[in-house]
Amino acid sequence: MIEHLIAPFHYAFMQRAFLTAILVGILCATMGTYVILRKLAFIGDGIAHASFAGIVIAYLRGTNFYLGAGIVAVITALGIGFVHRRGRISLDTTIGVLFTGAFALGIFLMSRQRTYSVDLQSFLFGDILSVGSQDVIMIVALALVVGIVTALLFRSLLYTSFDPVVAQASGMNANAIEYVLLVLIALTIIISLQAVGIILVAALLVTPAAAAYQLTNRFAPMMALSAFFGALCAVGGLYLSYYLASASGATIVLVATALFFAAVGGKQARLAIARRR
Amino acid sequence: MSEAIVVSNLAVRYENVLALDGASLTASFGEALGIVGPNGSGKSTLLKTIAGLLTPAAGSVCVLGKEPRELPPGTIAYVPQIEAVDWSFPATVWDVVAMGRFPRLGVFRRFGNEDRKAARRALAQLRMEDLAGRHISALSGGQQQRAFVARAIAQEPRVLLLDEPTTGVDEQTEESLREVVRELVASGLPVLMATHDLDRAGDWFDRLVVIDRRVIAIGTPDDVAKSGAYAGIREHTHTHGHMRTDR
Repeated sequence: MIEHLIAPFHYAFMQRAFLTAILVGILCATMGTYVILRKLAFIGDGIAHASFAGIVIAYLRGTNFYLGAGIVAVITALGIGFVHRRGRISLDTTIGVLFTGAFALGIFLMSRQRTYSVDLQSFLFGDILSVGSQDVIMIVALALVVGIVTALLFRSLLYTSFDPVVAQASGMNANAIEYVLLVLIALTIIISLQAVGIILVAALLVTPAAAAYQLTNRFAPMMALSAFFGALCAVGGLYLSYYLASASGATIVLVATALFFAAVGGKQARLAIARRR
Repeated sequence: MSEAIVVSNLAVRYENVLALDGASLTASFGEALGIVGPNGSGKSTLLKTIAGLLTPAAGSVCVLGKEPRELPPGTIAYVPQIEAVDWSFPATVWDVVAMGRFPRLGVFRRFGNEDRKAARRALAQLRMEDLAGRHISALSGGQQQRAFVARAIAQEPRVLLLDEPTTGVDEQTEESLREVVRELVASGLPVLMATHDLDRAGDWFDRLVVIDRRVIAIGTPDDVAKSGAYAGIREHTHTHGHMRTDR
């Protein structure tokens, strides 16, 4: 058993993959707590798809894809907040319009190139095994920034998630805090793109937090449990993908999905027992 | 008594609708000012503008000598009429009341003993100590209302704004809210409260202002009753209200 657990670590690329998966799992699940409670599940999908335009632009200009994807993701996140507030357009409509627009821009720019040899699938579905040392440094640095800002704003994010109107009246800048949260979500998505890809990153934002929500009715335990689930799914999924020779991103997400249904089952069982007493 | 809130010729517009049109009033430290008027008269708009949630189209609002948005965090506590919050949010009564301390703490200060004491005091004032560990979804309407008033008190604000906190609550809850408001007023806090309940205005308020987009009458509850402005409101408001029951 121990041998099976240690075996993947004989490879440097697997060591990097595990480190990346754990960081991404914890970060996505932590931010996912706010995503779930603010009913922003769609935004993860939207920002991830929008970042595709940044990836293509970075590829065409020969620059770092984190930079291209990051800039487009942050602009899209802020644009969503701005259009939603100023245009008084519902959030899901705003996300729907902006993310499809940005995604289409990416496809448009790519289609204009006569020759390109980019593996589109690696952007769409992720390739955690290809994470290099430079990528790890970038991911750790971005994760630290997101983690520190999120920790500093913990109370502000909590209060404005629960009751933004009263928080604003009591002197908190709920609008500014929402913009900061959108940027943090955008950066989290960028960090996660290489691990799970554009299509699946929303699942890491939503599913562990949704599973944790089934099992606790306090905010801080929900966030801690969500982070634990995120790391568990990442590590479990990566082990499974190693031994099943399956796509790592998809396997991680499938483990998270199974965990969610286990949490729902656990909650139902607990309620049934409580009713019998 | 000195003036804590000065509203001068205030106009507030929602797109094409003028919700307030030239309203002027003052409220003093240690004064409970009741705001009455028919539905759509601008009571909630007035409170929201004083809270800094709405921007005046004309006129001005001055709270403690400044515009509301220039005040330090935690200065104004506002309890809205209908709490449009997600009641399934993972929070207990204690968590909600503790949030009242957050604006003052800012980013770097820790939630310390003073904050815990303030939250406990607020819970005790609203007689909610036994409910501190209860999830907010398990509260009755009256208990939810008390929890939000407790959060406002835990904030230790310098101005308290209440938007119809007694609508639909039972008599016991109403009385406990009244006692808390009178204690706060006695300690020097200015309290503005919108209400539909005119029968007990004399027990709640030092002065009453009748508004219908602008100020119709202002004075002691007795003076306002004698002015006749009160009668029209009374007839109108007695057709409103829905009852919440306290578990």
